[in-house]
Amino acid sequence: MSDIKLKIIDREGVLHEVDAPTDMNMNLMEVVRSYELAPEGTIGICGGMAMCASCQCYVLSDHQLPEKSDDEEAMLSEAFFVKDNSRLGCQIHMTDDLDGLEVELAPAED
Amino acid sequence: MIKTDILIIGAGPTGLFAVFEAGLLQLKCHLIDALPQPGGQCSEIYPKKPIYDIPGFPEVLAGELVDNLMEQIKPFQPGFTLGERAETIDKLEDGTFVVTTNKGTKHHAPVVAIAGGLGSFEPRKPILDNLAKYEEDGVAYMIKEPEIYRGKKVLLAGGGDSALDWSIFLADVADQVTLVHRRNEFRGALDSVEKVQHLKNEGKINLMTPSEVVALHGEDMLEKVTVQNVDTLEETEVEVDHFIPLFGLSPKLGPIADWGLEIEKNAIKVNNSYDYQTNVPGIYAIGDVNTYPGKLKLILCGFHEATLMCQSAYQRIFPDKKYVMKYTTVGGVTGFDGSKKEAPKAVVKSID
Repeated sequence: MSDIKLKIIDREGVLHEVDAPTDMNMNLMEVVRSYELAPEGTIGICGGMAMCASCQCYVLSDHQLPEKSDDEEAMLSEAFFVKDNSRLGCQIHMTDDLDGLEVELAPAED
Repeated sequence: MIKTDILIIGAGPTGLFAVFEAGLLQLKCHLIDALPQPGGQCSEIYPKKPIYDIPGFPEVLAGELVDNLMEQIKPFQPGFTLGERAETIDKLEDGTFVVTTNKGTKHHAPVVAIAGGLGSFEPRKPILDNLAKYEEDGVAYMIKEPEIYRGKKVLLAGGGDSALDWSIFLADVADQVTLVHRRNEFRGALDSVEKVQHLKNEGKINLMTPSEVVALHGEDMLEKVTVQNVDTLEETEVEVDHFIPLFGLSPKLGPIADWGLEIEKNAIKVNNSYDYQTNVPGIYAIGDVNTYPGKLKLILCGFHEATLMCQSAYQRIFPDKKYVMKYTTVGGVTGFDGSKKEAPKAVVKSID
């Protein structure tokens, strides 16, 4: 069992420091859901297929993240509130080198 | 007025399978869905994605699963009200329900099963200040009657199939077609992308990429929009009669949230795993739309919930009838269309 530490700012602006396992095949969207940092039904709506943008977040730290896939790129191009540092949480898998990652959840679309 | 035994709201996999279980009990079903086709998310969002956790199917495409369910329930002749959203519910004095859609279609049933998944799919609207002001006069999120665009100046936004396909279609109808997308790349059928390229070269489609619409203008009706290039931030004003943002659909619980049902975590609360009835007797919630301790939003769990719901619905409709659950291996499947499927009888013959 290995954990990394993440800093997540929720949609109300509250900072949460959480532990995320790297051995459970989890992504950032699922970590947010597991800690219930955003209400159920407002995040991860498509289940993690990069087919909605409900898990959009802004990456605040300068961690080297994997390149966006074509699906993620295309989804972000149609999402709202997109910034240069936007990513889909469901496409960011928890790995050891993400220890200390800081992200802020993008606003819900409605 | 459409009359049925179980009125199912939502034609996703859970709603479709409920038709089968109801049919085994000789109960008729009718389904309402806001989408124009059955299958829910499986058809609308990910028809080509493989699913690996349907019991008995090591791998099945979501679209195939829907096709199979439609085939499985065919003998039970379900009715469909598609492309309409269930809007209101009224409980009559005899305890039965009337559900009316946004188009005014009325449905009457003693039992209502909400299998609404994440809700009904509504168009995603861009975030623009005075968007709502023009919704009657110039802004539309789907194209219902293409003829109203004849001879008009139309601006579409979006990078998927519907934006591409409608741009191609309207190039022949409208006076001027502009397609705005935030990237240079489009996500659509190769054929459509090539066709738009061709029409752009011919000057029939004015392509603006990588750009987005940032403002709408017009006294009463929409008159022009401001398009901003996302790289250079340069702004261009385009005169338009119509602005059609096509950013796909997103699910909303919608009017069901106002039906007096207990809602928790954007889902309908049901009595834990007994029969999935809500706080209103006669209204059930099955599949992804419900919540109870231990809930998992899985298709296979929806199938189970649909099955228990049907047993309870039967007892509600026929409180005095004696009934025991029968296996399909024993009872076979007798359709309302007169069809009968059953296990072939074993040959009984002595061997000399």
